[in-house]
Amino acid sequence: MSEQTAPSIMRDVVLFAGLAVLVAIIFASQGTVYSLRMMVEAGCYAIIALGLTIQWGYAGLFNVGVMGFIAAGAASSMLISFPQNPEFWNSAGPTLVGLFIVKLIGSGIAIWAASRSDHWGVGPKLRALLIAVAIAASYLVLSAHMDEMAREIEDASGWMGGLGLPVMVGWLVAGAVAGVIAWFVGKICLGLRADYLAIATLGIAQIIKHFLKNADWLTRGTLTVSPMPWPVQTPADGEFIMARASYLTVVAITMVIIYLLLQRAYHAPWGRMMRAIRDNENAAEAMGKDVNRRRLEIFVLGCILMGFGGAILIHFASIYDPSGFLDLNHTFLVWVMVILGGSGNNRGAIFGALFVYIIWVMSEPMAAWLFSLIGTYGQAWFGWEPPSDLASRALQMRVFVIGLTITLVLRFAPQGFLPEQKARF
Amino acid sequence: MNEVVFFINKGVTAGLIIGSIYALGAIGVTMIFGILRFAHFAHGDMMTLGAFMTLILTAALASLGIVWPVPLAFIAMFPAMAITAFLAIGIDRAFYRPLRMAGARPVVIVMASVGVTLMLQGLIRLFAGVRGRDMFLEAPKEIFRIPFPGASRPVIITEPQVLLIAFTIVAVVALHWFLTRSRLGKAMRAVSDNPELAQITGINTNHVVWATWIIGGALACAAGTLLSMDVTLKPDLSFNILLPIFAATIVGGIGQPYGAIAGGFLVGFCETLAVFNWSILLRPIQHHLWFELPASMALVPTQYKLMVPFLILIIVLIYRPTGIFKGRVLA
Amino acid sequence: MSLLEIQDLHAGYGVMSILNGVNLTMEAARIGVIVGPNGAGKSTMLKAIFGMLNITEGFIRFDGKDITGINSEQLAKHRIAFVPQEHNVFPTLSVHENLEMGAYIRRDDFSRVMDHVYEIFPPLKDKRKQPAGELSGGQRQMVAFGRALMIEPKLILLDEPTAGLSPMFMSQIFDRVIAINQTGVTVVMVEQNAKQALAIAHKGFVLAGGRNSYTDTGQNLLNNPEVAASFLGG
Repeated sequence: MSEQTAPSIMRDVVLFAGLAVLVAIIFASQGTVYSLRMMVEAGCYAIIALGLTIQWGYAGLFNVGVMGFIAAGAASSMLISFPQNPEFWNSAGPTLVGLFIVKLIGSGIAIWAASRSDHWGVGPKLRALLIAVAIAASYLVLSAHMDEMAREIEDASGWMGGLGLPVMVGWLVAGAVAGVIAWFVGKICLGLRADYLAIATLGIAQIIKHFLKNADWLTRGTLTVSPMPWPVQTPADGEFIMARASYLTVVAITMVIIYLLLQRAYHAPWGRMMRAIRDNENAAEAMGKDVNRRRLEIFVLGCILMGFGGAILIHFASIYDPSGFLDLNHTFLVWVMVILGGSGNNRGAIFGALFVYIIWVMSEPMAAWLFSLIGTYGQAWFGWEPPSDLASRALQMRVFVIGLTITLVLRFAPQGFLPEQKARF
Repeated sequence: MNEVVFFINKGVTAGLIIGSIYALGAIGVTMIFGILRFAHFAHGDMMTLGAFMTLILTAALASLGIVWPVPLAFIAMFPAMAITAFLAIGIDRAFYRPLRMAGARPVVIVMASVGVTLMLQGLIRLFAGVRGRDMFLEAPKEIFRIPFPGASRPVIITEPQVLLIAFTIVAVVALHWFLTRSRLGKAMRAVSDNPELAQITGINTNHVVWATWIIGGALACAAGTLLSMDVTLKPDLSFNILLPIFAATIVGGIGQPYGAIAGGFLVGFCETLAVFNWSILLRPIQHHLWFELPASMALVPTQYKLMVPFLILIIVLIYRPTGIFKGRVLA
Repeated sequence: MSLLEIQDLHAGYGVMSILNGVNLTMEAARIGVIVGPNGAGKSTMLKAIFGMLNITEGFIRFDGKDITGINSEQLAKHRIAFVPQEHNVFPTLSVHENLEMGAYIRRDDFSRVMDHVYEIFPPLKDKRKQPAGELSGGQRQMVAFGRALMIEPKLILLDEPTAGLSPMFMSQIFDRVIAINQTGVTVVMVEQNAKQALAIAHKGFVLAGGRNSYTDTGQNLLNNPEVAASFLGG
């Protein structure tokens, strides 16, 4: 951090000290149990925000599908770490799932081979036809198999259940699954203009959520899964404060490790190259850098962090509910954290995540209170009959505020609280 | 013959309806993309906003006791289109133009449009709640049953569907006339083709930007209203309608209004036919088939409808990123 | 009095300065040619006149009026036209529409000018309905030229009009430049094909390092052994 100038260190110190005061006030006023929960969740958001800030801040990639990667990570981690469902393992289910995986790989090979058929002397028209046939056939085979598999599993055992592996394994797999999805999305979109990645990530997030909501055989769908296992003792077999404090410790350590690794990468040649690409794509390309490859690396890395952080977040919530994944809470809130904190600055992302999450959590009761106040006085003074769904409408106010914050920050404070330290190189 | 009627009602009509909606939305998105060079994420909520404007005006008209041979909402739609167009220009001035002027990267403006969409979403639901609303305040919608030769069931089409199809045709013809005959329309195509040269030539970019938002906003309002008239006004459309509209835009080639129209219908029909239950159509020839027809035989289960535009989008991005018509990838 | 007068012009992209005090004067109805090595600031010069980059010092006067840094719409109203080197047509617009766009700022009847352009460039008349993007390089250059002529310019700026064209097309383009000039239009062009261009120039400017190195008549520059040795490839 030798490049840092004195005023910017002061800024860091002041902001984080202010944050500490805010946290202390909340601990004092809201109680330890509540505050610990908030801090754990904020820490998970910080990990997710680190993933987003490297995508946006280092590489200028606009990912509007953070929620999808969180959901995919959470679902994978749940499947890895949730206790096994013996009924499933005693039924025909495992065979069907195995066959499905075989067919999936086969389809992948078929589509890949069709796409590469031009290398083996196939004309463009025939190639297009081959690709179309391969995709159509794969789709029919897979969807037919999936229908049957879903029916069988749901009849025999309700759902697949987990693998019963340690939670930490689940978290790592969560990152890996999010990374694999990101690789496919990035491979398709990163050569094209930036808007396309935004559109595609928006789409993939909606589809992941739809799939998780409807795939009863895999994840119990909207029936939800609980209790999610913890890597430390759960409140069920101990006291709340101890359990949450241990979980917070795990989250904090993880966050710090990720932060340190990212800082290293930022100052390493790899990070310098990323920034060079972001700041001047043409020049970087002229220097012979493979721009799209670098972008793919960072996109995948960012999404791994999102999947990982998402899994930690949902495990802590103790209930896996696919309807609970929301664009607002899991995509746009993270965006506000990143751009408000200072995009491209890892400390900024952490500060933004903690600060924004605290405000976010506090704003819920405040908005409800404000609205009931408006309702009461509106009725008393103007004879206004407030609509019965006033409370749910109060929540919409937060949607508006998130949107307003994004637009205002972009326009008036594009640097955020902690601007990126432009390292000289 | 009842099978054919079923196909017309559930396949052809439904495809035409949703295709028209997508086309009307995609025209605006593609023109904004072509001229201002960013993907306008707030378009879905702009449609909802327009529909709400119509609803407010319809309520006002209904309270005056006005009766008309066409639904009041359709009458109210035209002033609502003007209001939405005006609001669209206002949104541009407040949120996008300052960034443009400051030379922000397009992707930053895309993000601003995400911010705008959240603001619109929040405001609309704050004032109108989240439940669906009926646009027919004065009378139930009329349903036309057209007998089909040789079938016991009629072909069904509702009044708002007729209005939608008629409006789409008129709008497309008018747009074509505007873009190929009028000075401003040609200037819009010129800016979309080559903004720098347009500037050198002395084309007034402000006028072109206004025209873009007027067309985009007005058509978004019309699409939102007509969709709400066909079903109900749902305030939570947003991203669910945005994805197919983007798919239609990219399929048609960015900056290509005709491509957007074709793309809209393509996506609309694919979506409809993918969830269409083909087993009913095949039932009469069951005895020629080697397999037992299941009760429901759709390519995609209805709950995965959103997969269809997404897959179209992905396939186009992989194999034809310039769109299936003569298009181009904007650098 | 001179039509175009540039004094001590400093300009560049952002903080990078490319022009470091260039002077240029052109009398009405003349052809001026700017030549010089790559990176001398030739094209930058035209862009600076056309208000497309930051001018930090100096001024540009046209017809006695200060036009330093004014926008392109205003320039068009002063009847100054610019033909960029590349991307100089609207590819999906037809030839006819391209010409119409050239006349965008005119609210009067310009059909006479349009006929005149088709007269100068007969091949365009047959292709008037065709999208400009489908034409050959030489024909596109004609469209770009024609588009610029639509405002009946007093001054036309050409950025390497013959770049990438075959020798046959090149001489055709130079013939047109002379023809246009003979109708009273002042032409300032940047050229890589320095010898051919200077041969038709009334006045030549040799730029190097963002400054004038030589200014003389085209013929004198061609005959100047120093210029020939350092800038015209011997």
